Amino acid sequence: MARIALDAVAHSYTGQAKRMADYALRPLNHVWDDGGAYALLGPSGCGKTTLLNVISGLITPSEGRVRFDERDVTRLPTQRRNIAQVFQFPVIYDTMTVADNLAFPLRNRGLAEAQIRQRVGEVAEMLDLAADLNRRAKNLSADAKQKISLGRGLVRDDVAAILFDEPLTVIDPHVKWQLRRKLKEIHERFHRTLVYVTHDQNEALTFADKVVVMLDGQVLQMGTPEELFEAPRHTFVGYFIGSPGLNLIPCSVEGDRAVFDGGSLPLTQDQVRRVRRREVPLKLGIRPRYLDVLGAPTADTVAAQVTDVEDLGTHRVVSLRLGESGLVINAVVGEDAALPADLAHLRFPPERTKLFADDLLVA
Amino acid sequence: MNKVVNNRAWFLVLPVFVLVAFSALVPLMAVVNYSIQDSFGGGVWIFVGTEWFEDVLADSRLHDALARQLLFSGLVLAIQIPLGVLIALALPTRGWLVPFCLVVLALPLLVPFNVVGTIWQLFARVDIGLMGNTLAQLGVEFNYTDDPLHAWITVVLMDVWHWTPLVALLCYSGLRAIPPAFYQAARIDGASRYAIFRYIELPKLRGVLTIAVLLRFMDSFMIFTEPFVLTGGGPGNATNFLSIVLTNWAIERRDLGPAAAFSIIYFLIVLLICWMFYTAITRIGQADKR
Repeated sequence: MARIALDAVAHSYTGQAKRMADYALRPLNHVWDDGGAYALLGPSGCGKTTLLNVISGLITPSEGRVRFDERDVTRLPTQRRNIAQVFQFPVIYDTMTVADNLAFPLRNRGLAEAQIRQRVGEVAEMLDLAADLNRRAKNLSADAKQKISLGRGLVRDDVAAILFDEPLTVIDPHVKWQLRRKLKEIHERFHRTLVYVTHDQNEALTFADKVVVMLDGQVLQMGTPEELFEAPRHTFVGYFIGSPGLNLIPCSVEGDRAVFDGGSLPLTQDQVRRVRRREVPLKLGIRPRYLDVLGAPTADTVAAQVTDVEDLGTHRVVSLRLGESGLVINAVVGEDAALPADLAHLRFPPERTKLFADDLLVA
Repeated sequence: MNKVVNNRAWFLVLPVFVLVAFSALVPLMAVVNYSIQDSFGGGVWIFVGTEWFEDVLADSRLHDALARQLLFSGLVLAIQIPLGVLIALALPTRGWLVPFCLVVLALPLLVPFNVVGTIWQLFARVDIGLMGNTLAQLGVEFNYTDDPLHAWITVVLMDVWHWTPLVALLCYSGLRAIPPAFYQAARIDGASRYAIFRYIELPKLRGVLTIAVLLRFMDSFMIFTEPFVLTGGGPGNATNFLSIVLTNWAIERRDLGPAAAFSIIYFLIVLLICWMFYTAITRIGQADKR
């Protein structure tokens, strides 16, 4: 159990990084609180796994320091860090029984056999593996194998954190759900620090207290699932989280209004002041579910063409074309709401409409 | 759906049957033919039943050669398999050294068998050979043409030089196929180097080791050219292996009947021992397959 702090940690696989693009993981300060459940979310190749391996010590970062509580572990090898890690593909020791697999990390650390048997029994019970303890691990199903990998992490009661690297990729969908709940349950019971890497937003949002969104080797935002949904600080966060993602409309500022192809919207004094004289691309962002689709124009509505309506059972997703450029945005409306057949008028609630300059939120 | 029964489909199997017949069955039947008949030339053949087999099985020269052959194959496997695994573990895994090491390692495999015999014949000579002469300088009287032990050492060394690279290359390919996650998990679990070898690498090498053991057993059990060139079976009969004895019977003495009976027994022994190895290796660690 420990608080894990990353001080200006960065990593480049090429050795010495000369440009920002050389970094697989850009310089980063971050603290993982003891007992928290974190998800690292981002597309493939964004540096999630690199960050995880830096924490576990499989990679020594090219810059910065890693601290467990106050202890500097940057140069410590994995074996001496007290970290457990579960990988994408289940790693089991083929020739051993399930019990020996679970006991392996403890035997390597020279624990007494009686103590080992007790711990293995407890963990097997917790993971529903008790009936298979004397079977050879090789012949089990993929999800049982992944439970064994997980069990090897849980069996040590002194680990600082358990790291998961997309652990449910090879698991069948219905078992996936069970295992995810099991993880949640384990977290609530033992309050271990858990860091969970995934590119699946549902997995991240259901599992974690705090979600860290990464892109191109940098952390864009960390927050609760709600914060990420309601107040994305980067267009990518808005786009990546939520389905469909945040609508993004390129715009420019004229006077105190944001002007885009097909209409314009008022901006606050503060927003105008912040983006004035900055030569950066601007975008308006709004969640599809906050967009009001009306049949008749009112003050500050924008006209749009309805191009498609997709009924998803609990709600409908409306595709709307703005102006001449053909930009299509989405709106989520209820099953029973009245929809204009052709020409719609969109109202952008000001408190839900965000302005992004150079992809960063103008707060 | 009605299943159409049509026995003419068997004709489709005919090409394979013909091919196998000409490549294996017909030559083998020729040998069987010789083994149960006696020939006096001029097309006169007499059926002798199992007489040749009985003679051959009772022949002490065959017993001695079989014992020598088993000892030789045993030594070859006992040295080459562990050595090959060790070399494979020691080989680099990245950088320019990889292709360099692999090519150097593969060189002995490219040398024709009779040239291997000649190389070692020269290499081990006391007067001009690098090994023989160096040993002589160090005060060891090494003479493989005279001393049975020295002859054995030379023959075994030659085979180790010639064929260990095959085992090493097979094992190297097996090791490279292990996903990195296994090594990472082992580090997380605090496994020692030995534990990594014992519980990850060795189990994952089972497949290639099966192939290596079978290939090395068959080749070493049937070895002919290299010892024939190097020692000619001598000194005395010290390195007179099964193939050399067989060739002697069949070609030099033209005892076709006994030689044919001998060939069949030889073939069955190879088959039997290969089957034993295969069963033993595939059964290890498969005890509770359900």
